[in-house]
Amino acid sequence: MKNQQYIYKEDNLIDSEPNKFKTGELKSEEMIINLGPQHPSTHGVLRLEVLSDGEIIKDVVPHIGYLHRCFEKHAESLPYNQVIPFVDRMDYVAAMNSEHAYAMGVERMLGIADQIPKRVEYIRVLMAEINRIASHLIAVGTYGLDLGAFTPFFWIMRDREHILRLLEWASGARMLYNYIWIGGLFYDLPVGFEQRCREFITFFKPKVGELEKLLINNKIFIDRTANVGVLPLNLAINSGVTGPMLRGSGLRFDLRRVDGYSVYPELEFEVPIGEGKMGKVGDCWDRTWVRVKEIYESLRIMDQCLNKLEGEHKRTREFDPQAIVPKKIRPKAQEFYVRAENPKGELGFYFRADGKSDIPFRCKARACSFVNLSILPEISRGVLIADLIAILGSIDIVLGEVDR
Amino acid sequence: MSDRKAELLSLIRQVTSEEVIEIPNSTPFGVVVKQEALLSLCDQLHKNPASYFDMLSCITGVDNGPESGTMEVIYHLYSIPFNNSLALKVLLPRENPEVESVVSIWKSANWLEREIYDMFGIGFKNHPDLRRILMPADWKGYPLRKDYKHEEYYRGVKIEY
Amino acid sequence: MKGLLDQQFENGGVIITKVDDLLNWSRLSSLFPMTFGLACCAIEFMSTGSTVYDMDRFGMVPRATPRQSDVMIVSGTVTFKMADRIKQLYEQMSEPRYVISMGSCSNCGGPYWQHGYHVVKGVDRIIPVDVYVPGCPPRPEALIGGILKLHEKIRNETRVKPTAIEQLLEKESHVG
Repeated sequence: MKNQQYIYKEDNLIDSEPNKFKTGELKSEEMIINLGPQHPSTHGVLRLEVLSDGEIIKDVVPHIGYLHRCFEKHAESLPYNQVIPFVDRMDYVAAMNSEHAYAMGVERMLGIADQIPKRVEYIRVLMAEINRIASHLIAVGTYGLDLGAFTPFFWIMRDREHILRLLEWASGARMLYNYIWIGGLFYDLPVGFEQRCREFITFFKPKVGELEKLLINNKIFIDRTANVGVLPLNLAINSGVTGPMLRGSGLRFDLRRVDGYSVYPELEFEVPIGEGKMGKVGDCWDRTWVRVKEIYESLRIMDQCLNKLEGEHKRTREFDPQAIVPKKIRPKAQEFYVRAENPKGELGFYFRADGKSDIPFRCKARACSFVNLSILPEISRGVLIADLIAILGSIDIVLGEVDR
Repeated sequence: MSDRKAELLSLIRQVTSEEVIEIPNSTPFGVVVKQEALLSLCDQLHKNPASYFDMLSCITGVDNGPESGTMEVIYHLYSIPFNNSLALKVLLPRENPEVESVVSIWKSANWLEREIYDMFGIGFKNHPDLRRILMPADWKGYPLRKDYKHEEYYRGVKIEY
Repeated sequence: MKGLLDQQFENGGVIITKVDDLLNWSRLSSLFPMTFGLACCAIEFMSTGSTVYDMDRFGMVPRATPRQSDVMIVSGTVTFKMADRIKQLYEQMSEPRYVISMGSCSNCGGPYWQHGYHVVKGVDRIIPVDVYVPGCPPRPEALIGGILKLHEKIRNETRVKPTAIEQLLEKESHVG
């Protein structure tokens, strides 16, 4: 089918995204290297313009926007509940967490946040933690792939398939769920889900130990990531960095404990921080180690949620997950900022409701990967190009969230 | 919580010489700031040991529509030691909106302000590198304005479905 | 005891076939895809390549550079900023080259069709597409189904009709 309309002009590429450094202004030993939007290790379509002196980097300029999908324009044109599939597709490896944050925000605006049944809350937290494990697995697995380790990647994809099958059983889709609705859930958990979840936990715990032995405590991995890309704590806070990056620099700051939203105050878990075991505090190894430790903590949380879901808040015949889902979502005129702890950092939504319609007047997504990526130029001055790939992998970005 | 609110209000009243107006129905609680007073207020809030707002979570731009003739920029600050959140709102006219950049205080403002410039066309004075970040550099128009209409074609490809 | 392949043939290991069939069979058995993941569909593409839904058994080994790859699997949303680069990458691939459009974003713009000012409504507005795989994101089995459909398409190719010259003439009349 001939539908091609694209017209080629010579300067198209330069016009749409010009470089910051022009070749005429460089010194003789410097050169501009382009890690283009299509590259196996840029985790999506990210373009890095590197000004380097041989192999040593003088400056890095990230160019983003290659996946800008106009989330905020869609959020200004659709009712609150119809925006949830678009929220999924922002951070597509941790969709349940993003939906949780959005649904929590709209429920608080409507004032129905304390009427949500406890069983619904526990199912939401269970799904969020399962998805946190999946997201951290992808982070660690693709990080190994960037550095040249192929085996952990295959092990991780194999284990992640179990998680995706669990989530598909509950919600109907493998990756982009549309499961957590405003006021409840789409469906209840299927019968037998809790038992399968427990089997998964017993199966998976030794696998994380294997992953640690293979990749995290591997001498080559340590040599490549320890003391590389050290992020000092005051720079991290000033640049708005959150999530495992901030915890890797030594600050025990987790929104699940600080804000205490949903049922997290009733659950017991620890917040791991980077301690500089293999190098300085805040290097790439610390951040990856924090992520692996968080997988263990997520397994603990899942266990406690399953205890509650099989005990106090058992399924009953009369339980309807859509009982409080409002037919028309029309919050009063207000401005609201909600934030939640995504696997990658703090995901915030700013809502402006005008009280007259069921379409948000303004919905801004404060994406964690967007703010985390902005410190890449600061921490990668004076490193080798191979170290730049290591630093980029440890920031753990997802371009869907950076560009929204 | 309300005593913290009162403390913050008194601190802000000390720094700015004018009347302090609260934003109605806002979570977290916030104040409306005049454009000229913004940089000094942010500096004080960042350095003052009573409030110590060390993290800038989010900067949002809002377009109120061509009838009302205003645009807003809203800053969300968060203080890690005191666990306080604060919102600052700046109202701007719709023609040639310009506001001081806070990059000298918080580094996270760099990309956030570039995004607002890209989407709304609000200029930021003294920003080190103000250019488009998400849209192509030769895109015409500021997409998130309420009266934005996209062109017919870009590079010969039809934009509409 | 003769080997597996030898057991197939009674004539002492001689096969008689058409040149077309031989070339098509060798082409479809080792399609090297270019690692071109744009968005969410890229994660499903990575899952297809991993151990559970193996892509390697079809002979598909991902190659990073377009110069060495046969098929470009456009997985994810195509935006206007990326459109120039996609065209350049497609032109860098050498013939015979194929394009699989994976997911509804690259088929027709996907969920962003209505208000997406920066989304190209279908990658076929930029490059010619051979197989469309629907889904959001398509399951790995669906992607493998699309690959098998591409195999069928390649099996029907023939060297008798000068298809390359036809395509070139079509391209000239379109650009000019």
